[in-house]
Amino acid sequence: MINNESIVEEVVGQFGQKVFGFEEPFGLLTFTTNASDLTEVVDFLKNHPEFKFNFLTDIAGIHFPDNAGGELCSMCMIHSWENNIRVRIKVFVPIADPKVPTLSTLFASANWMERETFDFYGIEYTGHPNLKRILNMEDMDYFPMRKEFPLEDATREDKIDALFGR
Amino acid sequence: MAENTLILPKDSNDALALNVPMVEDKQYSTLNLGPVHPATHGIFQNILTMDGEKIVDSEQTVGYIHRAFEKIAERRPFYQITTLTDRLNYCSSPINNFGWHMTVEKLLGVKVPKRAEYIRVIMMELARISDHLICNSILGVDTGAYSGFLYVMQEREKIYEIYEEVCGARLTTNMGRIGGMERDLSPTAIAKIRDLVFNSFPKVWAEFETLFNRNRIFRDRIQNVGAISSERAIAYGFTGPNLRATGVDYDVRVIEPYSSYEDFDFEIPIGHKGDTFDRFMVRNGEVWESLKIIQQAIENLPEGPYYADEDHYYLPPKKEVYSSMEALIYHFKIVMGEIDAPVGEVYHAVEGGNGELGFYLISDGGRTPYRLHFRRPSFIYYQAYPEMCKGLTISDAVVIMSSLNVIAGELDA
Amino acid sequence: MSNIKIVDAPEGLEGSGFFATSLDKAIGLARSYSLWPLPFATSCCGIEFMATMGSNYDISRFGAERPSFSPRQADLLMVMGTIAKKMGPVLKQVYLQMAEPRWVIAVGACASSGGIFDSYSVLQGIDRVIPVDVYVPGCPPRPEQIIDGLMQVQHLAQNESLRRRNTEEYKALLESYKVL
Repeated sequence: MINNESIVEEVVGQFGQKVFGFEEPFGLLTFTTNASDLTEVVDFLKNHPEFKFNFLTDIAGIHFPDNAGGELCSMCMIHSWENNIRVRIKVFVPIADPKVPTLSTLFASANWMERETFDFYGIEYTGHPNLKRILNMEDMDYFPMRKEFPLEDATREDKIDALFGR
Repeated sequence: MAENTLILPKDSNDALALNVPMVEDKQYSTLNLGPVHPATHGIFQNILTMDGEKIVDSEQTVGYIHRAFEKIAERRPFYQITTLTDRLNYCSSPINNFGWHMTVEKLLGVKVPKRAEYIRVIMMELARISDHLICNSILGVDTGAYSGFLYVMQEREKIYEIYEEVCGARLTTNMGRIGGMERDLSPTAIAKIRDLVFNSFPKVWAEFETLFNRNRIFRDRIQNVGAISSERAIAYGFTGPNLRATGVDYDVRVIEPYSSYEDFDFEIPIGHKGDTFDRFMVRNGEVWESLKIIQQAIENLPEGPYYADEDHYYLPPKKEVYSSMEALIYHFKIVMGEIDAPVGEVYHAVEGGNGELGFYLISDGGRTPYRLHFRRPSFIYYQAYPEMCKGLTISDAVVIMSSLNVIAGELDA
Repeated sequence: MSNIKIVDAPEGLEGSGFFATSLDKAIGLARSYSLWPLPFATSCCGIEFMATMGSNYDISRFGAERPSFSPRQADLLMVMGTIAKKMGPVLKQVYLQMAEPRWVIAVGACASSGGIFDSYSVLQGIDRVIPVDVYVPGCPPRPEQIIDGLMQVQHLAQNESLRRRNTEEYKALLESYKVL
């Protein structure tokens, strides 16, 4: 029977200090790794004879402005359909040099998910075949989902009002 | 920092300025399928490189209705995000609504009463029917069979009438609340649902199937068109009917049952080749299965409350708001968005109309989500489109796009 | 028995074998009952337009039988759904490709004002890039409302002077949108 404990045991046995920060929010195994080891860890889980994490569910960026040295987080979630178990792997990178290796070599679906995360957060996925903006216009000069940028459209004048405006 | 100015076209031909590659004395032409094209049913662009009528390559541009859902969600109290989820996959809004409610309930640890779960199942399956009904009938329209569309649209109006009876809206339903339903199913709603699932709809759907399933012209257009193997489909992140058409029986309703789906007896229709015909047939089959689920749910609808006892998120009844102090306070706090959510990180997936619709929510204990990411199935599987239409003709490209059921709202978030 | 109702003739002078009216009115009548809409459906409101087009509501009853997907042959641009800033130039190009006379309906809150999406990526109303004749509120508007919007355009088509589009006022309007 594959459960979170056996995955933790196996992953720690294989990677030792390279994987850390294990937790299980709502039963979903979550851990952190270094950017340089991400591909290796995911590859290990994907090609493991028992775990068979065959499906990349999601990639999302998260911005933690107060987490100095690891402001940007790239989260990927993989799913083993055979064992019906999910694992969430996080990588924290500094905002000055946000480089994370791409997963598109392992999962074709990572292509657009990483482009979206790049578009929103500016996380650069090294080795990505076509890393450019996907949802926003290509001449946009900032990464809108970062916490410091405003949500509202700055071209709108009708909401500038002393009582009911912004 | 962004100069957020309005961008006007520099040159009206800007959008059309494309390179025509020349390889080995062969001239390829470039065709712009979209963003404004009758066959795209939504707004996305495919720049096709054509050799005669064969598609050699295609490049997609998406984001034409990017509305910044995830950014907006970071500024809204939890209950107001329901209105955003409506507009993700607007063909099956209730699934999105309840998916979001279930995510928050998971975060809060709320157990929803059985009756509410059954009502949710009924509504979600109605939504799935209306989603598949649009996809399949529009596939008919794209292949030149308009009558099927006109038949089933009448039935879809009946589903919308049920939505109206349950929540007051037709399309962007905003149905339910965190903790249950905002009102019980009225006798009229039950009568309408019963009439739909036992009487009118099965007949119409059988008629629709006779019109299409063995129709020679229709089958010639869609059989063996746009096939994808199950390995490639999994690699591309397919879920939902498009994946099941390739022969993989992955269904979130079964693998991770939510909202009492384990109580119902239904099958997962699968295809074997993963071509457009299989996708069509899988959706047809799923409509029958959804009908079966609704029939079971409405027959065995449990008695009891239709909302959980969750003071902090479920609005108290209006009568109590006017008569009791606690209810008034909670009402005020909920409406003003002054409830602090617990800290947590939660992922919840539901089987949406197009596949696994996931909500990845991080709460930092504030009144709004710290981060909310939607796993949008259309966005993920649409990237396989160039591979699927390579070597085929334009008419094939159109039916493939139609059968993938790419919903622009979900694609661009 | 057919219950088809034929529209009333415009005001005019009628005698045996002839009917005289002004050209404006005759053309207005013809135009208003044969509007060819270009459904520029981007999102949710497009699904409601599908219902409007479908069997229950049937927009064809109002003379809009043929949805024209080519802007060159369309009289009426029906913008339904959110228009993101990325889409703005495309919308404008579609508008430029349409021949006069052309009318524009903004269907739904997003097309009219940006709606609930007051965000960095959404155009806050299509009237920032093209002139709009009729706004239909709602998120999304019911099919009845969309039909009402169409009838408002019919009303415009019937009552506007043939020369309105040559007036200085109209030219100034187009000038303000940098359309000419």
